[in-house]
Amino acid sequence: MRNDSEMSEQISGAQSLITSLEAAGVEHVFGIPGGAILPAYDPLVDSSVRHILVRHEQGAGHAAQGYAQASGKVGVCMATSGPGATNLVTPLADAHMDSTPMVAVTGQVAESLIGTDGFQEADIRGITMPITKHNFLVTDPAEIPARIAEAFHIASTGRPGPVLVDIAKSALTATTTFRWPTELNLPGYRPVTKPHAKQIREAARLILGARKPVLYVGGGTIRSGASAELRVLAELTGIPVVTTLMARGAFPDSHPQHLGMPGMHGTVAAVAGLQKSDLIISLGARFDDRVTGNLDSFAPNAHVIHADIDPAEIGKNRHADVPIVGDIKEVITDLVAVLRAEAAAGRTGDYEGWVAFCAGVKKQYPLGYETHEDGLAPQYVLERLGRISGPESIYVAGVGQHQMWATHFIGYEHPNTWINSGGLGTMGFSVPAAMGAKVARPDATVWSVDGDGCFQMTNQELATCAIEDIPIKVAVVNNSSLGMVRQWQTLFYNQRYSNTNLQRHGGPVRIPDFPKLAEAYGCVGLSCERAEDVDATIEKAMEINDVPVVVDFRVHKDAMVWPMVAAGTSNDEIKYARGLAPQFDEDDL
Amino acid sequence: MDKHTLSVLVENKPGVLARIAGLFSRRSFNIESLAVGPTEHAEISRMTIVVDVDEVPLEQVTKQLNKLVEVIKIVELEERASVQREIMLVKVSATAANRGEVLDTVQLFRAKVIDVAPDALTVQVTGNADKLADFLRVLEPFGIRELVQSGAIAIGRGARSISERPSRPVAVPAPPAAV
Repeated sequence: MRNDSEMSEQISGAQSLITSLEAAGVEHVFGIPGGAILPAYDPLVDSSVRHILVRHEQGAGHAAQGYAQASGKVGVCMATSGPGATNLVTPLADAHMDSTPMVAVTGQVAESLIGTDGFQEADIRGITMPITKHNFLVTDPAEIPARIAEAFHIASTGRPGPVLVDIAKSALTATTTFRWPTELNLPGYRPVTKPHAKQIREAARLILGARKPVLYVGGGTIRSGASAELRVLAELTGIPVVTTLMARGAFPDSHPQHLGMPGMHGTVAAVAGLQKSDLIISLGARFDDRVTGNLDSFAPNAHVIHADIDPAEIGKNRHADVPIVGDIKEVITDLVAVLRAEAAAGRTGDYEGWVAFCAGVKKQYPLGYETHEDGLAPQYVLERLGRISGPESIYVAGVGQHQMWATHFIGYEHPNTWINSGGLGTMGFSVPAAMGAKVARPDATVWSVDGDGCFQMTNQELATCAIEDIPIKVAVVNNSSLGMVRQWQTLFYNQRYSNTNLQRHGGPVRIPDFPKLAEAYGCVGLSCERAEDVDATIEKAMEINDVPVVVDFRVHKDAMVWPMVAAGTSNDEIKYARGLAPQFDEDDL
Repeated sequence: MDKHTLSVLVENKPGVLARIAGLFSRRSFNIESLAVGPTEHAEISRMTIVVDVDEVPLEQVTKQLNKLVEVIKIVELEERASVQREIMLVKVSATAANRGEVLDTVQLFRAKVIDVAPDALTVQVTGNADKLADFLRVLEPFGIRELVQSGAIAIGRGARSISERPSRPVAVPAPPAAV
């Protein structure tokens, strides 16, 4: 690594780019070469950076996301101009929604061709403006180190996010010198991380005065690395905790104060915990519509303390009584200090009745599922997977029913062990993101938990995994359907299953045959159709650690995700099973 | 809804206008008018954006603008504490018979004739939006052939400048460590 160094040596822009990546601490890059980025691939041969050749640029992008989410480091992907760059659009949008630190480097046509509709030209900077935290077009080779340094700084600080650096081929082939900047000139970029002491005191005052408070924990708590601090705050106050889809693992599922995940498919306890609270303490969450349901009737009696590193999130959807701008780790640390001092002076909150109420709801309405006589329950598969592989493993989900079952039934104890596409809801996220996670954490068992619809969108990266020695494990929750859409058709479209059946109607042959597909990709393929074989199949997959394994769990297609709050309705309308609404005994509150 | 005038200082870099315009459109904020130009600092441009929104969305507009890396500073200029100007060029029909009448109107509004043709005059007028609207209303009967209008520009009253700023570069952090 050549930090802070000046070299008068004449090198190519491409060499300057690779040296810059090394200086930024990059160890892995996921990408595919092509015409405009080609010069950068030559110095890669001699670099300490390991480039992992993927099969589709979307795979490179999601791999960088999985890498970032598993390690906390910036994930890096690389693609050529035009179609290479546009294939990164989905992962960039995904990383933007889920605040994943990521840098994408793309080649652009030569400067003289920009704007002429040249071969493989696309204005990727223009295209990605709304879906990146920031982006650059570099035409001057001397600027390469500064832009790369800025990209990594912007991606990883404040509210993390994706940054794209588009570099003209002419800048890569030109001769330049390398100078890694010692300071960055970003006059408009000053994220606030230290919370305001007055706001912290005001928050503490509300917390002590509340009778029904709840800690609403979002993905910002994971990104900030604040799980240990969160546990201290929760245990100091005794306040019940809910963790959003993006925050699963931020607080142990086994903890008695944990009410589970709130939202459209949240637990009854978590939904009721927010809905009936008198104080919501939001820590790095953003009152997403999937959490609040109908906003006007969301937690109608609650005051809100809203802490976030992004000031624009505060008050965006729900009015904040106490806004706190800052890094969640610092916010919690400061809050704990004030609450400890108050406790020492004999002032603590009285939440006894509320805690008992929440615990009662949690006990009365646990997560459950029906088993079918003529098929395997998908929830059972994930329950067993979580039990056998354990909470030290990393689970990476796609999007849909399997994602909801995976978040509910596996059981998470640690941050960064649950990785998924939350905000954008990108089908096809799982396999490449699991690949990235395994590269970042080669010591960990990494399970891609995927649906059969999702799996068919990006499973070409199994070839990458097999060839590059990235032994992920894939559990395909195969219901032969686009299951979540099918569930909505069951509930809201009179069981008219328009275009959700992924198999031929009544056909005995499975297309494709996933175990055979896995074998074609150099992986081990297993299948399982009966509950009594689930444990043995998972154990068999656990024993294979030299090549990727794909397990085809053929599950019942009528299984549904419960609880559910129908889209656009109030959280008061939650059903814990079809047609069944929970009854709350609120007399004691 | 109310009109609000925002002065936005941005880095003078390519693509900044597209970034700001894109932000307004994708977040469904309406721009009433927008004017961009250089400032007393070569590296900084100033945009004057007039938006028609309520208080709460205005706060969102401002916060979202502030998130753009190239946006350095945003100041809302209250009407009473600032001076606002727009410029308009109007081509109005004027025959030998009514030219005198047109010229009287021009004088009344302290406007200026900038081009003359046998049957038309081109007039330049500056002022706030109300004055320009009044001027047009009076000219209307003569026959308006063409007009072009700038967005509003605005500056705060008094001696203080919004573009005085300390320039504090950020030190390049060490490569990020694993969590």
